[in-house]
Amino acid sequence: MWRNTPTGYGRLNKLLHWLVAIAVFGLFGLGLWMTSLSYYDEWYRKGPDLHRSIGVLLMLVMVLRLALVHWMGKPKPLASHSVLEVRMAQLVHLLIYGLVFAIGISGYLISTADGRGIEVFNWFTVPSLGSFFEHQEDVAGEVHEWLAFALVGLAVLHGLAAIKHHLLDKDDTLRRML
Amino acid sequence: MKKTALAAAALLLSCNTFAAEYVVDTKGAHASINFKIPHLGYSMLLGRFNQFTGFFSYDANKPEASKISVTVDTESLDSNHAERDKHLRSDDFLDTKLYPEATFTSTSVRDLGNDKLQVVGDLTLHGATKSITIDAVKIGEGKDPWGGYRVGFSGTTTLKLTDFGIPERLGPASTEVELDLHIEGIRQ
Repeated sequence: MWRNTPTGYGRLNKLLHWLVAIAVFGLFGLGLWMTSLSYYDEWYRKGPDLHRSIGVLLMLVMVLRLALVHWMGKPKPLASHSVLEVRMAQLVHLLIYGLVFAIGISGYLISTADGRGIEVFNWFTVPSLGSFFEHQEDVAGEVHEWLAFALVGLAVLHGLAAIKHHLLDKDDTLRRML
Repeated sequence: MKKTALAAAALLLSCNTFAAEYVVDTKGAHASINFKIPHLGYSMLLGRFNQFTGFFSYDANKPEASKISVTVDTESLDSNHAERDKHLRSDDFLDTKLYPEATFTSTSVRDLGNDKLQVVGDLTLHGATKSITIDAVKIGEGKDPWGGYRVGFSGTTTLKLTDFGIPERLGPASTEVELDLHIEGIRQ
């Protein structure tokens, strides 16, 4: 089944969820690694090109996910979950979505601060909207890095919670997303 | 001949025995601090510092009594590429958060004749202070059309990055940076 139902996630939703998970952790690792490369490293330019390209595509996928949830809804929380668990899960989901967008926007603001657009795999270019504030590339860079650590922390928490539900509570929380 | 004529004119104009005080015209942007460093050894990369202030004293009759001090806002580095600027400001290079200012204070000025001057002074950059020598030339001086009086110079000097504790990360062709300096002072 491709569509979400009140009791389970559709295939499309699952696919996009795991795709985003891989992209988020991949971009985090790539971001840390590429900024540590020496000037003469073969990946000194390729790393950031890849990071920016995947980042832009991730933003598009996130918008698609929001649209899909808007159109076909989400499954209801499991009946066995307490109100507190449901609230906490909603809060973490909200924060994760918010952080992904904030990181994407701050990344965009680094690369486009001088009017240059972002080239996505020699495929299309996201134009720059110009500079919005002073020292934009530096401020956006700091924000981008800090929020990335926060996101990865939250995503780990989100994953540990799913594993806890699977192993300790023995409920369908994790299985629903597989 | 030209020099004596100019000196006489300056004497007539100033009438005081002290060197005149000038403010570098950064407000009107008739001054710029540019840098040039080889890229891979294949071409030159140019950049500049957009914000700085400077003061100097100068008397065409006694150029050796001249003094100059300039303070540069290192965060204003601009190489026309935001991502590169961000990298150059980071602790890989200038570490502008820790060292937001670079200063130059002259210690001696030698008159080499023909409007050429050798300006020696202390440059503090990236937290390190070192004596540098700027080869300067006076381009011109005189009344401006708006009731003021100006004098302008240009100068060049070469800095070794490691002299200022800046790591060499750009390869063997890029260990030195050339500064290309232009200032115009408005007499106070």
